[in-house]
Amino acid sequence: MSIILDHVNYIYDEDTAMAHAALIDVNLEIPKGQFIGLIGHTGSGKSTLIQHMNGLVKPTSGNVYFEGKDINDPDFNKKELRAKVGLVFQYPEHQLFETDCFKDVCFGPKNLGLPQKEVELRAYEALKQVGFDDDYFYQSPFDLSGGQKRRVAIAGVLAMKPEVLILDEPTAGLDPKGREDILNLIASLHREMGITIILVSHSMDDVADYVQRIIVMNKGRVAFDNEPKEVFKHYKELEEIGLAAPQVTYVMQELSAAGFNVDPGATTLEEAKNEILKCFGI
Amino acid sequence: MLRDITLGQYYRTDSVIHRLDPRVKLATTFIFIISLFVVNNFVGYLLATLFLVMCIKLSNVPPKFIFRGMKTIFFLLLITMVFNLFLTPGRAIFTLWKISITYEGLFLAIKMAFRLILLISGSSIMTLTTTPNNLTDGLESLLKPLKIFHVPVHEISMMMSIALRFIPILLEETDKIMKAQMARCADFESGSLINRAKSLVPLLVPLFISAFRRALELAMAMEARCYRGGEGRTKMKPLIYQNRDRIAYAVVFGYFVLAIVVGRIIF
Repeated sequence: MSIILDHVNYIYDEDTAMAHAALIDVNLEIPKGQFIGLIGHTGSGKSTLIQHMNGLVKPTSGNVYFEGKDINDPDFNKKELRAKVGLVFQYPEHQLFETDCFKDVCFGPKNLGLPQKEVELRAYEALKQVGFDDDYFYQSPFDLSGGQKRRVAIAGVLAMKPEVLILDEPTAGLDPKGREDILNLIASLHREMGITIILVSHSMDDVADYVQRIIVMNKGRVAFDNEPKEVFKHYKELEEIGLAAPQVTYVMQELSAAGFNVDPGATTLEEAKNEILKCFGI
Repeated sequence: MLRDITLGQYYRTDSVIHRLDPRVKLATTFIFIISLFVVNNFVGYLLATLFLVMCIKLSNVPPKFIFRGMKTIFFLLLITMVFNLFLTPGRAIFTLWKISITYEGLFLAIKMAFRLILLISGSSIMTLTTTPNNLTDGLESLLKPLKIFHVPVHEISMMMSIALRFIPILLEETDKIMKAQMARCADFESGSLINRAKSLVPLLVPLFISAFRRALELAMAMEARCYRGGEGRTKMKPLIYQNRDRIAYAVVFGYFVLAIVVGRIIF
């Protein structure tokens, strides 16, 4: 087991008139090596939830465990935790500050107190992993395009060699090409390096193609937590909480209802194509 | 940490104080501050405290929320007290080597502390119960006479309202960037003074960039809606005095007279 959340509650602005519960009795297990999609409407508590996982936010009540240890114990090493559980915030390009991209990526490993050589090696590796062009290494990050900036920011977290990588809406504000690039990049990190990935999004279409498990948050509670197929079966309930199943699910449901012999549970475009071809006996 | 700064933040609830005309609240705060400098004895401070407690009670803002903002001026308070305590000449109570605490120093220190606490909580009450928009509307209307001297009253109040409006936004932004850098193992809390100052660079650079970006966006949005300064601009909700405002003025006037009488003349 990698991360366990046990009866976690979190209340914002406790003791004021603005007090509201952001998380209510959340119980989750995040095993090693999984690729997880965390879905929820704006304000459903997903951003608050992920900040619990690397100790940036302390639960009002309940416990968070990383590899069997309570992360909010006073003698727990938070620095080590944050290196192992990498968190890429929404619009991560807004946190860039150095004069060139390479230096900015060095910031994380440098904070870990590694020797200079190791720091630079890690930064180089991380920038390569995100597919960043050598020519731009020593450019100011502020001269880059949005998609490139985001790659640098993700590399900044990757350079700490995390075992778990949490990304908060990594595709927000990117064009379709940029979205696909970033999603493919994340999928390859999972495939090739075996990093546990938690991908936060409000779009089912974004995650359906990639993830092994989907956690749906609604008003601070975990509404669904299952394989994508199982979760999308509840597409009517998903609509009620302001979300939607992937478009493919709707097509397959309609086809199935119209009497075609297809599996209505197909969630990705590829599966759907195969089902439809099978139905026509091709 | 950053959430503790309450100065310049609006507390959303409903109360008599919230409903008062912003001009009344501005004038009251002004008079209250003057009264703090007029009164000269403890009975006067007691009166000011009572007046403030009454305002806080009426405002429905939890006192805890007001005093949380006090944490930020704690050091200022401490330094003021220490300086007054040790550096005021007079009758000594206690002498150690060359340093001595005097009666006068003790009284002055307590008085100063009282004055500062009342000053800050008094002005906090105003900003906590008045939205920034209302506040600058009030200010603009109070400063209108200065237009005769070609003071750009509208522009000044617009600048103030934008500045006030941006305080919570920038605080939130700071919190976000801080967390993002902490996720990259940045350390803002330990180390020597120089190291700590250095550790602020990863926080301040993105903060400035985002402040400029927001400023540009806001300027663009204002231009797009044909903003061209105060000339010929009318208000959707002009400020009109109600009966409660007149009563409030009377109460404040009464308090001020009483403060002068009690705090200055009688004792």
